[in-house]
Amino acid sequence: MTARTAGLGALALAAFVLLAFVPRLGNAYYLALAISLLQYTVLATAWGMFSGPTRYVSLATTAFFGVGAYTVAVLGEILPWPLVLLIAAALGAILAAIVGLSTLRLSGVYFVIFTFGLTELIRQLVVWFEVNKSRVLGRYVFVDITQADIYWQLLALTAAVFLLGWLIARSRLGFALRVIGEDETVAKHCGINTTFAKVALFTISATVMTLVGAIMAPRWTYIEPSIAFNSMISFQVLIMALLGGAHRLWGPVLGAVPLTLLFELLSARFPNTFTIILGCIFLLIVYMLPRGVAGLFEKLAAAPGGKTTQRVAA
Amino acid sequence: MTNAILTGLMLGGMYALIAMGLTLQYGVARIMNLSYGEFLIAAAFASHWLFTGWAISPFVGLALVVPLAFVLNFAIYKLLLTPLVRRAPNRDALEVDSILATFGLTFVIQGSMLALFGGAYYSYSFLAFPVQFVGETVAANRLAALGITILLGLALYLALTRTRAGTAVRAVAVDPFAAQLVAINVPQASALTFALGGALVAAAGVLVSTFLTFSASSGVVFTMKALIVVVMGGVGNMLGCLVAGLALGLSEALVASYVDPGLTLAVNFALFLAVLLVKPAGLFGRATR
Repeated sequence: MTARTAGLGALALAAFVLLAFVPRLGNAYYLALAISLLQYTVLATAWGMFSGPTRYVSLATTAFFGVGAYTVAVLGEILPWPLVLLIAAALGAILAAIVGLSTLRLSGVYFVIFTFGLTELIRQLVVWFEVNKSRVLGRYVFVDITQADIYWQLLALTAAVFLLGWLIARSRLGFALRVIGEDETVAKHCGINTTFAKVALFTISATVMTLVGAIMAPRWTYIEPSIAFNSMISFQVLIMALLGGAHRLWGPVLGAVPLTLLFELLSARFPNTFTIILGCIFLLIVYMLPRGVAGLFEKLAAAPGGKTTQRVAA
Repeated sequence: MTNAILTGLMLGGMYALIAMGLTLQYGVARIMNLSYGEFLIAAAFASHWLFTGWAISPFVGLALVVPLAFVLNFAIYKLLLTPLVRRAPNRDALEVDSILATFGLTFVIQGSMLALFGGAYYSYSFLAFPVQFVGETVAANRLAALGITILLGLALYLALTRTRAGTAVRAVAVDPFAAQLVAINVPQASALTFALGGALVAAAGVLVSTFLTFSASSGVVFTMKALIVVVMGGVGNMLGCLVAGLALGLSEALVASYVDPGLTLAVNFALFLAVLLVKPAGLFGRATR
């Protein structure tokens, strides 16, 4: 098993090194596409890190993404870049901890409802603050960050997220979360501090999302609340993670890569009916692939003669 | 001050009406319907179309739109949601599945309305003249909507508490398994209640369209408010719905007139959290787990 883990680790490392050379291809379109792919991969993986094991559907990806992007819009020109990223991450973590502490003690539905409205709430608060206090609505982002820089930062973040996810899955925290996902009452009776475990993981996942928003911000030169807090991102990330299968660390990637490419194609070809198509794809996934592509692989791996067993069962 | 309170009460009555359908859908049929607000906006568009295209008064429109919504929601429950109910091993799994499915439905409906009507804001002028009411000037359409809301709420309350079918529905809300033991057809009752909830939100949509401007993408806000009211009042509780709706409307109107109109949503959420921190099952809810 350790040899296999080492082999997989080496393979992953090789893949990351190889991916680091994408900006050297010199093609702006491929680079932009690669950035989109990485963006959604990190977001979907981060979403799955929390929502996969606990089965709490979070609809607030955009809220954190937007907080990150908007932090850059406000502080990007004033402070050095690493400090801006640090502040964005801290803000995201604090926000997630507040939301988590106030809703995750309760049942999962309250969490869903709260995250459903969180994006709109934060957007309204930001608009209110900008209109009444700072009196600027919409800001220009002039920072010295190229597309290739964005790409490398995202790639580093991707590597960090996978490493972190792998470490968490092997830790006591990861085990606690799986027990909570199976049965929360049992988890409590086993002496697991369920609130702490949930809030901790939600905070980690949200911090990653905030960082993605911050890293992506220089891509737009102009940011206003309706751009930073675009609820479409929450929806797309949710679809991707579900298609891939959120119960595995490597699941969301399987959904993020094909769907990013598909959305790229669809939004260019059918801009007017894009939302409808998106909704239909989502419904198909919920009904046809409740455990995602990862679940499909597991099923095939578990029963090599899958067809015959099914026939017997029927 | 009287004006703010009056506005708040009227707003609160509207929230209570909007939330009544959801509390039925979620409390009885156990479907957490995130596409709820889209149905409201769809009804508002239907009313707009009937009024501007055919000169049909919204009150007559109610008689057309509401039965249609009932049938449509019944079909949605039977076709889309019954497979999920059958698939789900327990209530929590159904909750997650229904959240996901209706979230997808949200985008289908919203996308369709965007394609049909575009992103512009719509409104029409119906009963838009001022009347005197307890010493304050209010718009007649708002007052009429409030009157119909009260009638609908009373009718629903009586139907749930005084009729045999209503008692069956309440039994399903308390315990679907025990309800089967006393010969209640639970799948049938759930489907009908879901459809009734859909009919109520359609009624709310028609009424809202008489005095509020709306666009294809404003459904989410209504879903959110309905969810907040339902959870705050206690899931499946009509009285809780009314009290929570009024509280929400009042707080919103007071904050909008004395603090800042841009902070209404923040107040909604603050109230929501405050109630849940003190009473996790809602104002009138029983602790179930």
